[in-house]
Amino acid sequence: MSKGKSAKAKNTGILKAEIQKYWWLFLLPVTAAFIIGFVWPFIQGIYLSFCQFKTTSDATFIGFSNYGRALSDPSFVHSFWYSALFAVTSLIFINIPAFAVAYALTQDIKFSNLYRTVFFMPNLIGGIVLGYIWSMIFDGILSHYNTSILLNSTYGFWGLIILICWQQIGYMMIIYIAGLQAIPGEMIEAADIDGANGWQRLFHVIIPNVMPSITICMFLSITNGFKLFDQNLALTGGQPFIMNPDGTTIKTTEMLALNIFNTFYNSNAASRGTAQAKAVLFFILVAAIGLIQLKFTRDKEVQQ
Amino acid sequence: MKKNTAFKNSLSVVLGIISVIYVLPVLVVVMNSFKKNTYVKTDTFAFPSGDMWAGFDNFIKGMTFGNYPFALSAGYSVLITVASTALILLFTSMAAWFIARVNSRICRIVYYLCVFSMVVPFQMVMFTLSKTADTLKLNTPWTIPVVYLGFGAGLAIFMFVGFVKSIPLTIEEAAAIDGAGPVTTFFQIVLPMMKPTMISVGILEIMWVWNDYLLPYLVLDRTKYMTIPIHIQFLKGSYGTVDLGATMALILLSIIPVIVFYLACQKHIIKGVAAGAVKG
Repeated sequence: MSKGKSAKAKNTGILKAEIQKYWWLFLLPVTAAFIIGFVWPFIQGIYLSFCQFKTTSDATFIGFSNYGRALSDPSFVHSFWYSALFAVTSLIFINIPAFAVAYALTQDIKFSNLYRTVFFMPNLIGGIVLGYIWSMIFDGILSHYNTSILLNSTYGFWGLIILICWQQIGYMMIIYIAGLQAIPGEMIEAADIDGANGWQRLFHVIIPNVMPSITICMFLSITNGFKLFDQNLALTGGQPFIMNPDGTTIKTTEMLALNIFNTFYNSNAASRGTAQAKAVLFFILVAAIGLIQLKFTRDKEVQQ
Repeated sequence: MKKNTAFKNSLSVVLGIISVIYVLPVLVVVMNSFKKNTYVKTDTFAFPSGDMWAGFDNFIKGMTFGNYPFALSAGYSVLITVASTALILLFTSMAAWFIARVNSRICRIVYYLCVFSMVVPFQMVMFTLSKTADTLKLNTPWTIPVVYLGFGAGLAIFMFVGFVKSIPLTIEEAAAIDGAGPVTTFFQIVLPMMKPTMISVGILEIMWVWNDYLLPYLVLDRTKYMTIPIHIQFLKGSYGTVDLGATMALILLSIIPVIVFYLACQKHIIKGVAAGAVKG
């Protein structure tokens, strides 16, 4: 950071003025696309969350009632708690194996590059395809017991956990490996000379030194968990459904992003305002997690 | 020391076994793509021998399955991925250099908006973005790269600005003294230096666009254009009885290029992904 600032301080005069003349070439294309692709849809999205609308042109302002409707929608509340439970569970089941594998692979063992390649591979397969690969596998097993992943919400939950572990353990592993490799060798040697055993070395030297990687991976898993969409849609699509006595439907394995999508496109067009309000609440949730993460990583930087 | 080697060898064996388990799902896909449809559900884990063997029938059937040629979806996927990545790399690197070097108030506004956009989930803008894209005729495979440039600018700008700030200014100053204008300076001096970041950003964008489902699903005119993820979801989603064998054949066809791409440049991919994760 400080390096960048001092370089900028020197950057006065001709060079800057010359570059500035070409703003239409350097800055304009991205800015224009950014306004079309993000800024305008975002502002319009905030505005529409306070409106009753079917398309963007027939909006009438109705204040906060969309938010009231969103928060009192049992399917939305259900999907929130379901996503939260999923995010926390996946955090544990992704990060512990990922760290263990990363630690093992940095012990300079045979074939470690090959293993790293294999563990990372599923990360490149897209969410929709992943969902169908695993739905075939789970149904291949469950059909012998005359059931299906679409019929039992417990299977749906753990199925998605297995899928996400397969996809993301390798990804987190890469971040942990980078963190582990950054620990100075002398530090570990010093611990060995002082007579630390394997566990002491792990808990008192290695883990404190990879804390930044652990923080990053934990927040990544939480955010990914809340934002999951493709895998959720392809694996169970929210099934099985439960009909409430009052006529509402709870899609038992439906996560937040899918709930918002279904409110927009798969129900009455009159509920689009509610859907947009849900989307804003979803954005606030994800942004809040991001801010907490930023605070965490900043604090860590000060300590070092 | 001896004990240590024995321990390492057994660790290597354990990881080897886990690796084999790790590739099994892909092997199951390969096996089932050569299996007759009726056996996919009942004998998922059996080798496709004897009666089960379907040869390449699933692949032939899959090509025209769902009244939309799979090759066309694949072609659109390639077009959209290549064009979007090229557009993002060119324009965001230019903008990042401008932002880092000029650093005026507008530059800072654009920069912080880009950083902000990285925490906004797609659901927040999906409805309004697809309407805007419709209005501006950005709903074809030839124009959708503009949408990707706009929605994906955040991470790319963030990574490029971070890199440009680390380049010493003296090189560009020397070029200016030699009489090079900003355009020459950027394309002949700055751009070549950006190569490592270019590769990282490029890989992140390729992986994102190639696998992206929801954005093209909402933005593209689906009656005319599909991409591979949309095609696969369409097959599974809109037919009561799905031909699982043909679906597995298409899934295999869609992951082969990904795996080839990965094996060809895995070093860059792993580095790029790690860079994106740590910064984003």
